[in-house]
Amino acid sequence: MQKVIETLLIGLSTGSIYALMSLALVLVWRSTRVVNFAQAGQAMLSTYIGFEIASRSEIFWLGLVFAIAAGALVGAGVDYFFMRVLFKHATSGPAAVVAPVIATLGLLGLIRSIVGLTWGGEFKSIEAPASTDGFSVGDGTIPFSDLDVLIIATVSIILIAVAYIFQRTNLGLALRASAYAPEIAQLAGIRTARTRTIGWSIAGAVGGVAGMLVTSNNFLSPYSLDLLLVFGFIAAVIGGLESMVGSVIGALVLGIGLTFILNYVGTSLVFIGGFSVLILVLLIKPDGIMAKGKARRA
Amino acid sequence: MSGLVVNRLSVSHGAIEALRAVSFSVEVGQLAAVIGSNGAGKTTLLRALSGLNNQTSGSAQWNEREILGARPDALVRRGISHVSEGKSVIAELSVKENLILGGIWRSNKSDTSAAIAEVVELFPVLGQRMSQSADSLSGGERQMLAIGRALVSRPKLLLLDEPSLGLAPLVIEQIFATIDQLRRKLGLTVVLVEQNAMSALEIADIGIIINLGEVVASGRASELIDDPALRAAYLGY
Repeated sequence: MQKVIETLLIGLSTGSIYALMSLALVLVWRSTRVVNFAQAGQAMLSTYIGFEIASRSEIFWLGLVFAIAAGALVGAGVDYFFMRVLFKHATSGPAAVVAPVIATLGLLGLIRSIVGLTWGGEFKSIEAPASTDGFSVGDGTIPFSDLDVLIIATVSIILIAVAYIFQRTNLGLALRASAYAPEIAQLAGIRTARTRTIGWSIAGAVGGVAGMLVTSNNFLSPYSLDLLLVFGFIAAVIGGLESMVGSVIGALVLGIGLTFILNYVGTSLVFIGGFSVLILVLLIKPDGIMAKGKARRA
Repeated sequence: MSGLVVNRLSVSHGAIEALRAVSFSVEVGQLAAVIGSNGAGKTTLLRALSGLNNQTSGSAQWNEREILGARPDALVRRGISHVSEGKSVIAELSVKENLILGGIWRSNKSDTSAAIAEVVELFPVLGQRMSQSADSLSGGERQMLAIGRALVSRPKLLLLDEPSLGLAPLVIEQIFATIDQLRRKLGLTVVLVEQNAMSALEIADIGIIINLGEVVASGRASELIDDPALRAAYLGY
């Protein structure tokens, strides 16, 4: 029984980080209809900047603030300098469908090389903001630590903040309206291009947090966030790609599911498990677990 | 002249000219009905006037300032509001959110709240449904919401694209009566695009008949209604 609970807790902590990545991907998909593979690169660049600040100041939270700011800036920059130009030139035909996705892959490679040139390829680590020693329960300890509690708390705060922005502010209404019906949004006086850039910047900021949190428990390298991208993407597909709530639920389900596989079956099956879930969802419920008829959810 | 002055407006969709040298003018406070069959270019005209389509040539001025080439969001700020075809509400948002949307470009939120209160007074049925999703409304209610959203921006020039589309005859009558009341009460200038020629001309001051992208007749609405040649050729009754 104890093993079940500890697996659940660890899964929750892992899944909550996936949730941020998944949310970032969904935010961009909803507003721009682009599966943004560069999200891993954007998060990585933001995390390196956060790492730089955190290691110099020895304050993790200051690093996190900088990672958020960098993520927002990089996200806005990618939309402003790449996506806007791309959509202007590739407006119809197969190019319009494929070009943005290829562009985000290219951008991922580009950011990776820039990061590699600047910081080198070796592993860096950020001092965790809380103890990584597991809690003691009875005679033993469980692998669930203060850091995990902190991760879950941080993710919760970010999710509540994003939900607040989307549901309670005019900016959020503009973001939702522009995603659902760009033309009506435009006719209502919304500057949809600018709104979309803000959406990318929120996604970038959220991705930056994901990068910092993952790294606090692990190492940072130009490739260290690839797994996060893959699992974030699987979670987004489980949630149906459209729904922010779905993306979070999908991520928690995936995190907990994979941790169960890890603890009960073995490390070697974690990947197989993740991708099997992806394929199963695509085959059985391609619109995601949140799909109800044709309705879309906020 | 103040009001809407359209001079030799042409709009192209790629190689196809959807509108050719269309000219007409609408004085402030007038209602102009733009009549024509499917594909005549009516929707294209409204999309050019609200900035959605910028493949234009010629000129269109609203109160002596050019509107062609401006973005829709800029034109909303100049008092031009376009209710696009097919009950243009956002189904995923609540009724209230759809209304707030109409005033979202304002920095002053209390102006929008006041405007929403006025719209709810005009359309009490919306007031009872504020927190429901727009998806749950009937066709007629959706059209009221679409017009209501436009009114929240307190427009001076209202562009209405086929408000009768897909509605039951009785509801169509109500919608036209509402449009007529509204524009008198609020002093609106209205360009109403319709296939439903008779109902539209009945509440209009002037009529503009478009066929295959060109104006084939225009004049006082009452005279157009009585013109036997036009009736037979374009008005279909």
